[in-house]
Amino acid sequence: MKKLTAVFIFLLSGFAFAQAPSGEEILKHIDKNLIIDRALLNTTMVIHGRAGTRSVKSKNWIEGRDKAFVEYTDPPREKGKKMLKLAGQIWNYIPEPTDRIITISGHLLRQSVMGSDLSYEDITENRKLTDLYNAKVTGSEKMNGRDCYVVYLTAKQEDITYYSRKLWVDKERWLPLKEEMYARSGKPLKMSEINDVMRIEDRWYPKKMTFRDLMQTGGEGTEYMIDSINFHVNIPASQFTKAALKK
Amino acid sequence: MLIIKLAFRNITHAGLRSWLNVFVLSFAFVMIVMTEGLYDGMLQQVKDAVVDSEIGGGQFWQKDYDPFDPFSIENSHSKIPENLLLEIKKGNASAVLIVTAAIFPRGHVQSAVLKGIDPSQKIVKMPTYLLNDGSDTASIPGIIGSRMAKSTGLHSGDYLSARFKNINGTFDAVDIRIVEVMNTDVQSIDRDQIWIPLKSLQKIYRAPGEATVITLKKDVRYYPSGEPGWTFKNHDYLLKDLNDTVRQKKVTASFMFILLLGMALLAVFDTQVLAIFRRRKEMGTLMALGMTRKKVVLLFTFEGCLLGILALIAGAIYGIPLLAYFAGTGLNVPQVATQAGISIGAVLYPKYSIQLYIITSLILFISVVVVSFLPARRITRLKPTDALRGKMA
Repeated sequence: MKKLTAVFIFLLSGFAFAQAPSGEEILKHIDKNLIIDRALLNTTMVIHGRAGTRSVKSKNWIEGRDKAFVEYTDPPREKGKKMLKLAGQIWNYIPEPTDRIITISGHLLRQSVMGSDLSYEDITENRKLTDLYNAKVTGSEKMNGRDCYVVYLTAKQEDITYYSRKLWVDKERWLPLKEEMYARSGKPLKMSEINDVMRIEDRWYPKKMTFRDLMQTGGEGTEYMIDSINFHVNIPASQFTKAALKK
Repeated sequence: MLIIKLAFRNITHAGLRSWLNVFVLSFAFVMIVMTEGLYDGMLQQVKDAVVDSEIGGGQFWQKDYDPFDPFSIENSHSKIPENLLLEIKKGNASAVLIVTAAIFPRGHVQSAVLKGIDPSQKIVKMPTYLLNDGSDTASIPGIIGSRMAKSTGLHSGDYLSARFKNINGTFDAVDIRIVEVMNTDVQSIDRDQIWIPLKSLQKIYRAPGEATVITLKKDVRYYPSGEPGWTFKNHDYLLKDLNDTVRQKKVTASFMFILLLGMALLAVFDTQVLAIFRRRKEMGTLMALGMTRKKVVLLFTFEGCLLGILALIAGAIYGIPLLAYFAGTGLNVPQVATQAGISIGAVLYPKYSIQLYIITSLILFISVVVVSFLPARRITRLKPTDALRGKMA
């Protein structure tokens, strides 16, 4: 009887494994959730650095994965600073005292955004995961009490920021609840976690995320919270121009 | 001859007044030579250090390389041309690959430049042979300068992580083990830089056989012909900033010379004016005895010149041993001075050339002649009868 039970469990688990989606399918699900056509977001970034914790509030206009415009609204020291992203290029506007627009390119793209654990390069990465990576499902694990597929991604092409990634993808909501990003040498570089999610229409979207630069020690990462999001917003084309930075 | 005899007698009879003038002039002379020698010595010392440790006999730069434009570094690498590769194999040149990176000493993030160099090179004076250390295969050996060590808090034996993007734009990261903190006077091979083996950097950057800069041997007599994509930079170009900085410092220092020399010349001028005022009867007598006004002017001017000549002799008597002593033992440079502007060694050796002596002596002598002649011009308007009565015309 025991033998029969064992065979039954084995067959059942085999059936369950056979039903697991492929890595490619999982990435398609993730892309479907995370890629947005147009949105206006109000966000709060809480940066836990060595020198203490500070938060930065901002208003973000997004169109596709190529266009973004950020206006910092709080604290007063950061208020009025703006950032424009068009494809792979970024411009920063600093109102007082310089009133200057600075192009962020080259090695500056590797610098952190407002002292957070995110680099400009992280926020300029705009391609679909399915275009960039080969995915392989390596197992299942529980993450924050939810069943997840563990998916290991390796780069399809050479010109890619992170050579490999490890994702813990929610089996039901198709969001990467945890992600580790690795260098070509295999050294872990960054880590992100989705701490809270929200349901908007037919998709799940992160509400609160934590990013951590694993090369740095001492800080406790950066929390990124979406206070409000509106997917049905009309954004004028002039919003994504350099002229809008000085308005 | 009479004028010379008279002038010498007048100077010696003036006693302390003359000797004070001689001392002040000689002091100005010695100080000018000393300061100029310090600047020349500093320039030579820094040039020697830069040539020995960095630029050798000149450098070939990859066409996009601009050390003052960090944005250019990502694209400034390409295959080492065949003729330069041949020179490297012959031991006449050495290649350096430059890659920007973020380093994490003690968990802090900091921008840095990774420089790959052949550990067995003999082109520049750096302890690169220490990069052959293979005691820990999991990390790459690295050398940093003392300034870099100070700014990062790193010591020999410490490990740090470096993150960079390879030639394709993919992040990579490595652990670097500091095998040596080198003491160097050359900031441009020190600040924000980590030297690692060239092959290791080419491998992790995925740019085998590529370089950014190729340095030629110091005493190279033959310059290989340039290749498309590489430009040769000679000493005039590579040392231009250094020469300009020293020239600028010399201009600043010349204000002090003018002040010092001006004070000394003022003393000579005052002496001359006073002498002409007090020695009217003597001038009248000389003219009554048949000396022309021109000769009297010459006498007074020559007296001033004699002060200059005596100052040069006095300056040589105490100045030469003093300057020779400093040239031999050098002057200790305060650390503050090494941090501001030009970086020099802990001891600065002044450099005095014959040219420096001749030019300074001529400047001093001509200045003394001019300030001696200017008051003496009044004698040309002097009537012998007025002079004999002690009156000025």
